[in-house]
Amino acid sequence: MELLIQQVVAGIATGAIYACVALAVVMIYTAIGHLNFAQGEMAMFSTFIAWQLITWGVPYWVAFALTVAISFVGGVVIERLIFHPLANAPILSHVVLFIALLTILTSTAGFIWDFSIKTFPSPFGSAPLFGSSLISAHQAGMMGITLVLLIALFFFFRFTRVGLAMRAAADNPVSARLVGVRVSWMIALGWGMAAAIGAVAGMLVAPVVFLEPNMMLGILVYGFAGAVLGGLTSPGGAVLGGFLVGIIENLAGTFIPVIGGELKLTIALCIIVLVLVLKPGGLFGRATVQRV
Amino acid sequence: MSVQTENLETAAEHPALAADMVTKPFGRDRTIGIAIGVILFVAAIALPFVTKSFFVFQVTMVLIYAIAILGLNLLTGFNGQFSLGHAAFYAIGAYTAAILMDKAEISYVWTLPVAGIVCFAFGFVFGLPALRLEGIYLALATFALSVATPQILKLSPLEHWTGGVQGIVIMKPDAPFGLPLNQDQWLYFFTLIVTVLLFWLAHNLLKSRTGRAMMAIRDNPIASRSMGINNSIYKALTFGLSASYTGIAGALGAIVVQFVAPDSFTVILSIALLVGLVVGGVGWIPGAFFGGLFVLFVPNIAEQFSKGLSGAFYGIILMGLMFLMPAGVAGFIAMLRRKVLRHEG
Repeated sequence: MELLIQQVVAGIATGAIYACVALAVVMIYTAIGHLNFAQGEMAMFSTFIAWQLITWGVPYWVAFALTVAISFVGGVVIERLIFHPLANAPILSHVVLFIALLTILTSTAGFIWDFSIKTFPSPFGSAPLFGSSLISAHQAGMMGITLVLLIALFFFFRFTRVGLAMRAAADNPVSARLVGVRVSWMIALGWGMAAAIGAVAGMLVAPVVFLEPNMMLGILVYGFAGAVLGGLTSPGGAVLGGFLVGIIENLAGTFIPVIGGELKLTIALCIIVLVLVLKPGGLFGRATVQRV
Repeated sequence: MSVQTENLETAAEHPALAADMVTKPFGRDRTIGIAIGVILFVAAIALPFVTKSFFVFQVTMVLIYAIAILGLNLLTGFNGQFSLGHAAFYAIGAYTAAILMDKAEISYVWTLPVAGIVCFAFGFVFGLPALRLEGIYLALATFALSVATPQILKLSPLEHWTGGVQGIVIMKPDAPFGLPLNQDQWLYFFTLIVTVLLFWLAHNLLKSRTGRAMMAIRDNPIASRSMGINNSIYKALTFGLSASYTGIAGALGAIVVQFVAPDSFTVILSIALLVGLVVGGVGWIPGAFFGGLFVLFVPNIAEQFSKGLSGAFYGIILMGLMFLMPAGVAGFIAMLRRKVLRHEG
């Protein structure tokens, strides 16, 4: 029993990582209706920028804020330069563009900062929280920031004009345009926000998994799994889904032999396939209804 | 505005259907197609006798990738289902061939049909849950499949057969019947024969009742169902068939490269196949060859620009291609043809 509780708590701690990434995935999905396969690499690149700033002697929180701002601008610029001109291209062309973006970011990061593994500082320190060995201060801080982010997003979408406009643009672009919402800029804004959230996720994850150009691929799959589990249209669901995926991963690793160490990514695969087959909308998502 | 609205709606209704997908870039006129076919055939026969051994190997790999991309095209271009997981089927095909040759000492020729059947079974089984998934969800599930594949191949209980991280080394076959060919030349011709056979089969299949049913499902699943087509069976069978093509390509790849290892079948390969499909042209059979050329040669070209930044150059070339020809080579040829016709008439 004690082992079970310990593993659940540890699962929640790793789940916080996935929750963060899942949140970024859902953000961009609601904004543009696509899954961004370059999401992880965008987060990785932002984290490298933060690392560079910190190495130059910028205080952590200043670097944090600067990175979020730079990532936001970067996201908007990527949308304007690359995706806006091809907005009406078939969905497969978009997937290919994501792939192109992914290889460019990985390769450039590897070129500038090389492929060696770097440590990334944590603002919360790595000491165990309240002297208990279950959860470290950084993991607690990570959960805290994820939740703050979630609440902020909720208020943004629920109570601000821009948030409402963004939801309208995603929901029904044509009608939104007719009532004066600048749909294409709302999409750019969605990209910016997703990049910024990705940057936060990257900076929170980096102290745990270390910083290197390929750090995000595995995590992105878990992020996808979390987002699917919670429902691709629900930010809150995505966060909960991320935590659940973390717990499932840890429990499966402890209690099912062989699978534990060797088949971790397969667990994510199973979660994705199972959820999509049994409840395609996810736990909290809306089922997509199609007009015939 | 109204035009734009219409576009939006079509895109929403048929997410899988490329807005300007080109199935007949040369139009209905068959003479051009036949002429090009004859020239290519002669060139294909002459090639291994006039070029270096390594180039012959490269062209063999182009053909193999073309088969794999054709498999993906059957699924995506003609049936409207996405896959970012075809590296998994390529891997299963490759491992089937390698294990059969290594453990059971079966002749390489017979590993191909076995790989085809095994992959058909896997594809069919994976296609069943995929029935309920569309568009981006299917892309996601298959993406996860191909990320998980190397881990499954490395699994320790399977190590006896798969060789674990080390993989399996296999022998290169000699030319049979005392043909005066070296091993590379023979493998090239062997691959060429298989390629022609598989493309011919795919071409005929798509012209048949089954092929029309596949395309009807892609264009409008509801209409096709009301016309009496069993969507589920056709979609699952297409998934199996597609996996089977890619698996045969994988088996050929294993024989030609003489080596299989888990890390050759990562998500990168899945992505490369998808990129090849889009570059060649979704829904156009010969596009697979252009895709194969892209998959094999463009990374090398990118590397020549800069060693350290090769990935970035690859990405930039890819983006440039998408901007220049959003519907791939097929769309590009169709556009050229329209321009020529306009000048003539």
